[in-house]
Amino acid sequence: MVFTYLGYGIGTLFGYLRDFLRNSGIEKCNAAVEREEQKDFVPLYQNFENFYTRNLYMRIRDNWNRPICSAPGAVFDVMERVTDDYNWTFRFTGRVIKDVINMGSYNFLGLAAKYDESMSTVKEVLETYGLGVGSTRQEMGTLDKHKELEDLVAKFLNVEDAMVFGMGFATNSMNIPALVGKGCLILSDELNHASLVLGARLSGATIRIFKHNNMQSLEKLLRDAVIYGQPRTRRAWRKILILVEGIYSMEGSIVCLPDIVALKKKYKAYLYIDEAHSIGSVGPTGRGVVEFFGMDPRDIDVFMGTFTKSFGAAGGYIAGRKDLVDYLRTYSHSAAYATSMSPPVAEQIIRVMKLIMGLDGTTKGLQKIQQLAKNTRYFRQRLSKMGFIVYGNEESPVVPLLLYMPAKVAAFARHLLKRKIGVVVVGFPATPLAEARARFCVSAAHTREMLDTVLEALDEMGDLLDVKYSRNRKSARPELYDEMSFELED
Amino acid sequence: MATAAEQWVLVEMVQALYEAPAYHLILEGILILWIIRLLFSKTYKLQERSDLTLKEKEELIEEWQPEPLVPPVSKDHPALNYNIVSGPPSHNIVVNGKECINFASFNFLGLLDNPRLKAAALASLKKYGVGTCGPRGFYGTFDVHLDLEDRLAKFMKTEEAIIYSYGFATIASAIPAYSKRGDIVFVDKAACFAIQKGLQASRSDIKLFNHNDMDDLERLLKEQEIEDQKNPRKARVTRRFIIVEGLYMNTGTVCPLPELVKLKYKYKARIFLEESLSFGVLGEHGRGVTEHFGINIDDIDLISANMENSLASIGGFCCGRSFVIDHQRLSGQGYCFSASLPPLLAAAAIEALNIMEENPGIFAVLKEKCKRIHKALQGIPGLKVVGESISPALHLQLEETTGCRERDVKLLQEIVNQCMDRGIALTQARYLEKEEKYLPPPSIRVVVTVEQTEEELEKAASTISEVAQTVLL
Repeated sequence: MVFTYLGYGIGTLFGYLRDFLRNSGIEKCNAAVEREEQKDFVPLYQNFENFYTRNLYMRIRDNWNRPICSAPGAVFDVMERVTDDYNWTFRFTGRVIKDVINMGSYNFLGLAAKYDESMSTVKEVLETYGLGVGSTRQEMGTLDKHKELEDLVAKFLNVEDAMVFGMGFATNSMNIPALVGKGCLILSDELNHASLVLGARLSGATIRIFKHNNMQSLEKLLRDAVIYGQPRTRRAWRKILILVEGIYSMEGSIVCLPDIVALKKKYKAYLYIDEAHSIGSVGPTGRGVVEFFGMDPRDIDVFMGTFTKSFGAAGGYIAGRKDLVDYLRTYSHSAAYATSMSPPVAEQIIRVMKLIMGLDGTTKGLQKIQQLAKNTRYFRQRLSKMGFIVYGNEESPVVPLLLYMPAKVAAFARHLLKRKIGVVVVGFPATPLAEARARFCVSAAHTREMLDTVLEALDEMGDLLDVKYSRNRKSARPELYDEMSFELED
Repeated sequence: MATAAEQWVLVEMVQALYEAPAYHLILEGILILWIIRLLFSKTYKLQERSDLTLKEKEELIEEWQPEPLVPPVSKDHPALNYNIVSGPPSHNIVVNGKECINFASFNFLGLLDNPRLKAAALASLKKYGVGTCGPRGFYGTFDVHLDLEDRLAKFMKTEEAIIYSYGFATIASAIPAYSKRGDIVFVDKAACFAIQKGLQASRSDIKLFNHNDMDDLERLLKEQEIEDQKNPRKARVTRRFIIVEGLYMNTGTVCPLPELVKLKYKYKARIFLEESLSFGVLGEHGRGVTEHFGINIDDIDLISANMENSLASIGGFCCGRSFVIDHQRLSGQGYCFSASLPPLLAAAAIEALNIMEENPGIFAVLKEKCKRIHKALQGIPGLKVVGESISPALHLQLEETTGCRERDVKLLQEIVNQCMDRGIALTQARYLEKEEKYLPPPSIRVVVTVEQTEEELEKAASTISEVAQTVLL
């Protein structure tokens, strides 16, 4: 931990030095600059805002935004790019690094793949319907495909009705303001996604944050809210909405759903659950966290999810009781102002959902889900045995591996790419400053050999970079359990 | 020695006590008594902590009844019953089971069912599948995206372009990336909802000026200048933006860009231009309102447009100089935290750009048709045309309102339904009545596309005219 801060400290010092050199003209400045005619305008960016970007991020920038040129399946092709001037600009050499094992894309069920015969319905819909829609849902943009999709989603989730939207991010940011407004209270988890935070802010309701997955913190907030009411006027709150996610993307933890539902019933709050990562990937038949915990879908007020991750398409949905969905059809910002989903994308979702539900007559969907569960368990067990610190629930296919230091983050990603494994590393600001991590997404399309290759490479990298921080190695003996290497349990 | 010193001090003190004036002693005595009282009195507690017992708290929790999560919506709310389109929303459209000519989808260049676009999308589908399974930062950047950004930048003659996966999110993410709390934004009152949401997310100071009224804008800018002179240090760090649309969706008018550019340099504000309706429509080569007025594109700091209208795809883009656009790659929320555009849609957009570059004649044809229908719709009794003659998206509003918005909406819906029975697909312009700041009056949206023939335009005009006569008189 100390070394992490030391690393950042040195980086910052160097940053100041380089800035000074750049400003006084000694070092060449490679960044884009303002136009000559607009030099006396108020500067568009504060110097301080970009400090982190210019000095720390630029050095390790080649680990992100890596372009690929094939489908994001279990293996993919990464375009090779080199930089001549320390990451300020990139140049494509034209070569392609083929068959890189993909541990970064959200391809949980392995459905993002090159075209094969099962996608023939998508091809037909593309040829009949075209691509664009050119109108909003309330005007002329509702196609019969959307209706079909919505009915199927409702059946899949075992709820009364559903509504689909063209973009997952926009689903949150445009529907939360329609559900709550001024005078309402939103209780949101610490680590909620940017779309939930944006939606909550745009709604105008009061927001209070409870500690991640911590039921005592949530209960305390609920009690205070119901007993004392709004802050100064003491009037009762109009509604209380709890915003949680099924699986948190940076932690890999699964929400404690039974506890939250018990709390919600006791204090009469409403629950909004964002299943972006958990739909299709957890639960015995892939129906999400509700099935994972064996709960009744009628207990959750608003189901929200996206189709980008397990379904290999794009878009989002909101499902629940019929009066909720009717209200959203009328008052959602997206229904009135934003274009509807593209038809071939809708068809892809229909096809995949039928596959998962078994409606196409085979058990391929079920097999994929079981394969994913097996892969997840295997991968996580091996990693913790090797001695890495891994966060998250045992069953969650999102596996964050802690690296802590920014320099190791860069070295990790680069070395692994040389061995033809593509991983995702995240640092500040998506994670807390001192907890940079690498995040793996296990997929049903990964074979045992691929996982073994990856695990071997990780083993070597771990020894090389000394990132095996976990105090309990090999088989965990209970007396060696140490607070340093905990896993966030559900 | 110590005791002697102590005694000596004590003697001094007692002497001082005798010598001090009386009022001084009395004051000090009172103060000392007051301090003793404060020390020993009970500390002031806030009322409720000591008032509510556990039992009372439980009772409060039992009693509290929240509002229902959603209020009930009546079954015949106009926005609840959607028009269902079976089949592609192209020129000949089947709405609610009736075959009509499409005057409602924003398909300006008729590219929605163009076979070349479909072929390009199919090739992309075969290679990449459908989804991208990740945001741009994490292996979601495909070579198709980089291609499309390159092509858009070249087409608009700017340095760089950035793609978003949804049209609404484009401008709603671009504005908060630059304009933060404390900055000042001058916006037109008729700005579309996406701009309003972007402004709300940015928490900046918003100053609205009357629609297309440059004098009003100048007045606001002058007032701001006077404010600045009072507080120059703050003024040096407050950014100023002017946000306008090229072709306004709510009123069908074009913004007066040359005057805006003059104001920009005079008052040192940056211009963000939203060209969703004017991209691919105005200008000799379809480059939008800057080409239409012959303005140097570098004078505009950011141009944002969505690809859902002329390019017949899904998504949006922003273009401008690298200095401005590159910032969004790390701070545009809809870019960093959302999955990237499916490659088949990007490939279709590239093909649409190809078509636009190959025959620049379609823009003149579109302009002709717009002028024609604008003329043909004049003089319909009871309805007035709102929008300029070069705008492909017009509004037909009631000349005299009944006074109540609901009844207006019902009347217009009656006109729309009867037109659909006769084979002309129209729609009302939908707004969220409670959310809009300046709610436009109810209207029927008429959209002109390149594919409509002259007979169809004539037929549409005469149908609307007949129906309006029957319904309104």
